[in-house]
Amino acid sequence: MLRLHQNDQTLDPQSPLAIRGLSVSYGEKPALFSVDLTVAPYSMTAIVGPNGAGKSTLLKAALGVVPRLSGQVSIFGRALASERHRIAYVPQRASVDWDFPANVRDVVLMGLYGKMGLLRRISRDDLAIAEDALAQVGMQDFAHRQIGQLSGGQQQRIFLARALAQNADLYLLDEPFAGVDAATEAAIITLLKKLKDAGKTVVAVHHDLSTVTAYFDHVAMINTRLIAQGPVAQVFTTAHLQEAYGGRLATAQIDRLREAGHY
Amino acid sequence: MNGAEFVPLSLPPILIGILAAIACALPGNFLVLRKQALIGDAISHVVLPGIVLAFLVTQALDAWAMLLGAGAAALFAVVMIDVIKRVSRIEVGAIMGVVFTTLFALGVLLLEQSSASSVHLDVEHALMGNLESLIWLEARGWASLLDPVALASLPTELSRLALTLVLIVVLLIIFWRPLTLSTFDEGYAESLGLPVRAISLGLVMVAALAAVTAFDAVGSIIVIAMFICPAAAARLMTDRLRSQIWWSVGFATLSASLGYVLAGYGPLWIGLDNSVSAAGMIATVSGLILALTAVLGPKRCATTT
Repeated sequence: MLRLHQNDQTLDPQSPLAIRGLSVSYGEKPALFSVDLTVAPYSMTAIVGPNGAGKSTLLKAALGVVPRLSGQVSIFGRALASERHRIAYVPQRASVDWDFPANVRDVVLMGLYGKMGLLRRISRDDLAIAEDALAQVGMQDFAHRQIGQLSGGQQQRIFLARALAQNADLYLLDEPFAGVDAATEAAIITLLKKLKDAGKTVVAVHHDLSTVTAYFDHVAMINTRLIAQGPVAQVFTTAHLQEAYGGRLATAQIDRLREAGHY
Repeated sequence: MNGAEFVPLSLPPILIGILAAIACALPGNFLVLRKQALIGDAISHVVLPGIVLAFLVTQALDAWAMLLGAGAAALFAVVMIDVIKRVSRIEVGAIMGVVFTTLFALGVLLLEQSSASSVHLDVEHALMGNLESLIWLEARGWASLLDPVALASLPTELSRLALTLVLIVVLLIIFWRPLTLSTFDEGYAESLGLPVRAISLGLVMVAALAAVTAFDAVGSIIVIAMFICPAAAARLMTDRLRSQIWWSVGFATLSASLGYVLAGYGPLWIGLDNSVSAAGMIATVSGLILALTAVLGPKRCATTT
């Protein structure tokens, strides 16, 4: 590989996801500019920033779903191509057409396609994995439901179940709480914390600043560039928030946000 | 209708119609689900310049040369659409519309050149097809189906379409998982390392193969109708992709056989003395099936929240 030059030494081999100098552009305007990010192992990291800051793009570029102009990505210290099986990606719920002719179990089984290859038949074990994943998100009774008949929260749970079926080590979630009901939000965060306790690493694009402190232990703030990253207590500060969001957040608002986390 | 008349005159065109319909309906399912149904329309238009070019180069009505020319034109159009999509901000439906009308117009210009040359190219045949002319002269009745000498004189369109259909079915079985996954959720498919652009191009190439082979036998009207109608009607009958595919095959078969019979005998039944275009009637029947499923299909209501 061409990327094997001295810069690779700066990529942390311990980190589940390390990014150096990542730039992405849609047309003229850069969506991300020279972003460095090192996700701590066994952490729950929130990626926050204003609309259009490049949060989703960061995940997609790390996965090679959108092309990057420059930059390196390493997964557990190795090239993405060799470690893809250790990553489970949960795209935005709104990114697919839920009228697709499939039922809930069909979608969850898609999480096993990487393992099954092209022609191997679906085995009893595969079905057991899918059932277990559905049970973990509380959707075991919906296996044969057409996906178009699900509520937004249920659809999000199905996407999560598909990721769980992959049995990955690194979970990358794009706005997992967008448009879901409170019960689903609570169920998802409980599940993500369980994953973390089981030695997995979770990275989520997150919109709701008021829950960052309660849900996550690490945070990365971006606004095209990286503003700050690290443990929530050190990084989720008034100064950083103002830098990331510009004048869009008043100081009083930010104080409330910080207090919200400390109860 | 006895075997001595049916087998040589009606069986081959019905079979060819069915094979062509199924060959187009299979990739059509995925084109419709990907909201790319227009691409079938685009492909069947751009084959015209390909066919005319092949004709101008070879100066003969050679089926293989024309298939090759049509295939090359389809590939060119697909690549053009992709390139324009990447370098401009034009909406993809508009790009398809521009690419296929431009190439079709180019085909018309080329055609004018060809009419000046010694051999005449029949445009009407290219666009409407002539299913009724694909008869089996050697057949004497049902027994001919077991007679190798008679079988050898079956219209070559039949074997070409059968071969194409087998190839499409094999590809569909092999690539079922990547194809369904990237059709439902392209971003997720890509995160698993699937080559989604290659899959998308592969699907369009299979559609082009079906279109070009079917076009040669039955004309573009059936091709356009069969890419969309059976698949769209099938979606209204079921909520599972696998059964949608089977329904679409059933609807394609029904359209082709019923359409052919109605075209040949329908006018006689209502007291008129000449038959109508089989291709036109087959496409009409497929449209009527879609209309019926839209009114009566069990899954006709959109279920999205």
